[in-house]
Amino acid sequence: MHQILSSTRNIDFMGQRKLAMFFSGALIVIALTSLLLRGLSFGIDFTGGTLIEVGYEQPVELDAVRKVLAENGFEDAQVQQFGTPRDLLIRLAPREGVKSSELSDKVFAALKQAAEGKLELRRVEFVGPQVGDELTEDGALAVLVALMAILMYVAVRFEWRFAVGSVAALVHDVIITLGFFSVTQLEFDLTVLAAVLAVIGYSLNDTIVVFDRIRENFRKIRKGDSEQIINTSLNQTLSRTLITSLTTLIVLLALFFLGGEIIHNFSLALILGIVVGTYSSIYVASTTALALGVSKADLMPVQKEGARLDDMP
Amino acid sequence: MLNQYPLWKNLMVVLVLLLGLLYALPNLYGQDPAVAVSGVRGAVVDEALQQKLEKALKEAGVAVKSMEMKDGRLLIRFGSTTDQQKSQHVIANTLGENYSYALTMAANVPGWLTALGGQPMNLGLDLRGGIHVLIDVDMETAIKDKVEAYTGDIRTALRNNKIRYLTVKAEGEGINIKFKDEKTRDKALDVLAEEFRNLGVEPLEKDGAWYVRMIMPPAEIRATKKFALQQNITTIRNRVNALGVAEPLVQQQGERRIVVELPGVQDPTQVKNILGATATLEYRLVDTEHDAFEAKESGKIPPGSRLYRVREDGRPILLKKRVIVTGNQITDAASGFDQRSGSPMVTVSLDSKGARRMRNVTTENVGKPMAVVFKETRVVGRDAEGKPVKRQVEEVISVANILEPFGRRFQTTGLDSPQEAHELALLLRAGALAAPIDIVEERTIGPSLGADNIKQGFLSVVIGLLLVMVFMVAYYRVFGLFADAALITNLVLIVAILSLLQATLTLPGIAGIVLTVGMAVDANVLIYERIREELRVGSTPQAAIHAGYEKAFSTIMDANITTLIAAVVLFSIGSGPVKGFAVTLAIGIITSMFTSIVGTRALVNLVYGGKRVKKLAI
Repeated sequence: MHQILSSTRNIDFMGQRKLAMFFSGALIVIALTSLLLRGLSFGIDFTGGTLIEVGYEQPVELDAVRKVLAENGFEDAQVQQFGTPRDLLIRLAPREGVKSSELSDKVFAALKQAAEGKLELRRVEFVGPQVGDELTEDGALAVLVALMAILMYVAVRFEWRFAVGSVAALVHDVIITLGFFSVTQLEFDLTVLAAVLAVIGYSLNDTIVVFDRIRENFRKIRKGDSEQIINTSLNQTLSRTLITSLTTLIVLLALFFLGGEIIHNFSLALILGIVVGTYSSIYVASTTALALGVSKADLMPVQKEGARLDDMP
Repeated sequence: MLNQYPLWKNLMVVLVLLLGLLYALPNLYGQDPAVAVSGVRGAVVDEALQQKLEKALKEAGVAVKSMEMKDGRLLIRFGSTTDQQKSQHVIANTLGENYSYALTMAANVPGWLTALGGQPMNLGLDLRGGIHVLIDVDMETAIKDKVEAYTGDIRTALRNNKIRYLTVKAEGEGINIKFKDEKTRDKALDVLAEEFRNLGVEPLEKDGAWYVRMIMPPAEIRATKKFALQQNITTIRNRVNALGVAEPLVQQQGERRIVVELPGVQDPTQVKNILGATATLEYRLVDTEHDAFEAKESGKIPPGSRLYRVREDGRPILLKKRVIVTGNQITDAASGFDQRSGSPMVTVSLDSKGARRMRNVTTENVGKPMAVVFKETRVVGRDAEGKPVKRQVEEVISVANILEPFGRRFQTTGLDSPQEAHELALLLRAGALAAPIDIVEERTIGPSLGADNIKQGFLSVVIGLLLVMVFMVAYYRVFGLFADAALITNLVLIVAILSLLQATLTLPGIAGIVLTVGMAVDANVLIYERIREELRVGSTPQAAIHAGYEKAFSTIMDANITTLIAAVVLFSIGSGPVKGFAVTLAIGIITSMFTSIVGTRALVNLVYGGKRVKKLAI
């Protein structure tokens, strides 16, 4: 029998909760500080603007392209390589006097004229400022609604302390993932937002599995206090937690390295989220539930009472 | 007996697997290069046309693979892209201007499979290339135009009832009509309330003057907006059809937006020009009683007239405010050259209402000049809030004396170039937009990037899948094989359901599939870890299997339902790329629950169930 961890090993997770809390607290402070001071480097999905991806036949000098653009009145254009030295990404803020939907045409025409050999228009994305605002609102709303819906489901299926614990873990994961994108100033676009929501789903998956076991053990094991039972449950589910995270990470790494530039940040957000999510389902979710004073009495099955009522004539 | 499935359960698993394979199958067939022919302006694609094309292609020596009629379109398949390219010229020459054609790719699915409803997945624009635009309809202008139209009707009504008014002015969503005394005002109040039952009418005293205020009620405003949106959708659909795109999508989004998706289109500039163009024509009588230069100098415009400029030389001209006919009443338009002057022109046909009006006006005004106004809305910049600043450009493109009364058909000259005549004819044919539009979002994906996306997406799915499969076998041995079988089945089922629902697969959608692959094994990991635990506490293999599946079940349900909640929220709130991800994630969660619980259990039971087993290879 192969095993990553022997089941007889008993790690005192709850004993380390002070350390974990300090660690999480420090990460959250860094993340929030960065989010407040530097903010996120929002992509055009949220800010509005124009993005053009062009493919040259030969590798091309960024400065030369910048010069061509500046000569044609696009001094504010940001030019960067995208994946290969032959592919360039050009970003433009919305501007006065030009119909925004025509901006990309003008830029491409200017580049094409200056390019040696063929120039290919690979991608154009234009988002009006108003649509950008709406996407930002909708995105924030999606995160909030998802959190609320999950809070309710867990509260109904388990108990409110668990619900708070799982949401605390989710908020923890979301803040740290956003913080990472703020510190690194990697572009935050719609796909990254989708990844953040998927992280919520995934991290919760992990947390629920742990809670499920805690609930089961509260009902089954008579000896021991809450802390001990939570520790036992965490140890029992540990190998599952790690293996699932591992298989998910395997596919995400495949996506990160092979999936192409467009979903690079998407995969990165997921990879980070899954690492943080695995950690938080062990330390944050259970610690919070414990701190809120979850105990055996809260999770004893209530069905018996109901059953007795049904039996009454 | 422990761990044995009843026959019906085994049959169900087999049936689901077979159905999955059947409906995933269409995706394995290749695609034929093809040309899709469709009619514009009500022209019908029929057998006769098919035969005509068949003959023409045969004569030109272009090999046709097959021809089929589908949804009022004729699809001509070719064996190679060379033939497809060669056919273009032949088809263009044979069709004439009442038909449009588009190069496309058509799935090469055998007939029996199509008959069963088998279709390949619908690929999103990011995978096949094409252009997506989101169009915002300017409702404020739509309302303003409507109010403006009412002012004309109100003037007419008052004049017909011989009530003298001082001014009729549009203000916001209403109109203020000024009278010289209370008596006239009260008389007008009755007349207007009677004639405009759909408007709110109330008396108003302001700065010692007597007014009637007429307001558009909310229902009327809503109706106006709805009409503007519907009319614009129709117009845009017409324009798109005239462009010749294989599978266009024109759809309402929300209360004031229109989504247009054109797969395979490679020239976004042309598309945007045609979609966004607001050019239309208006026919008005020239005000010959007043001097236009003087009116411009003094700024005193005679009531009932408006000042315009002539495009050719920029000189001012006064036109009557009443419009004879507008672009809405034009049923057909064709560009050509004027035989006498050789200048570009557009031949215009009117609908019956427009024709009647034109005839009445021209009969009454023979010998007088009439002007053609070219109207176009251009975005000239953006204000501080980022909202587009639009300016309506209205120019007089031709002034000509009415030589004799005319009605249904006539010519308009004075255009700058044959190109402009051609575009104007196209726009007039497709109908005018009821309200100006603005492109607020555009996503264009070049064909090569689309192909790259498919390649990379496919590769990451395959590699990710293989790695997970290898890991599962290494870690859970025989049970790992069961999980792997479930994983592959899961993938087949996802593809089958996506094909059946004709949901659109996008690049984020592929990412969703990849993520599902990683998470689908989670259910198996949960079950297997439970089985191991049971074995460790000394259960027999059979009991361990039973307890493992039993105990893991509620955990799996809880975990998956919460992820499903996140996916549903993503789907309902997210837009475009996010939706695609949510769809595959949700489908993957549901299918994975089936394959990893019921599917693997069927395999486990088949291998271990009902016999004495000493040791499990787990």
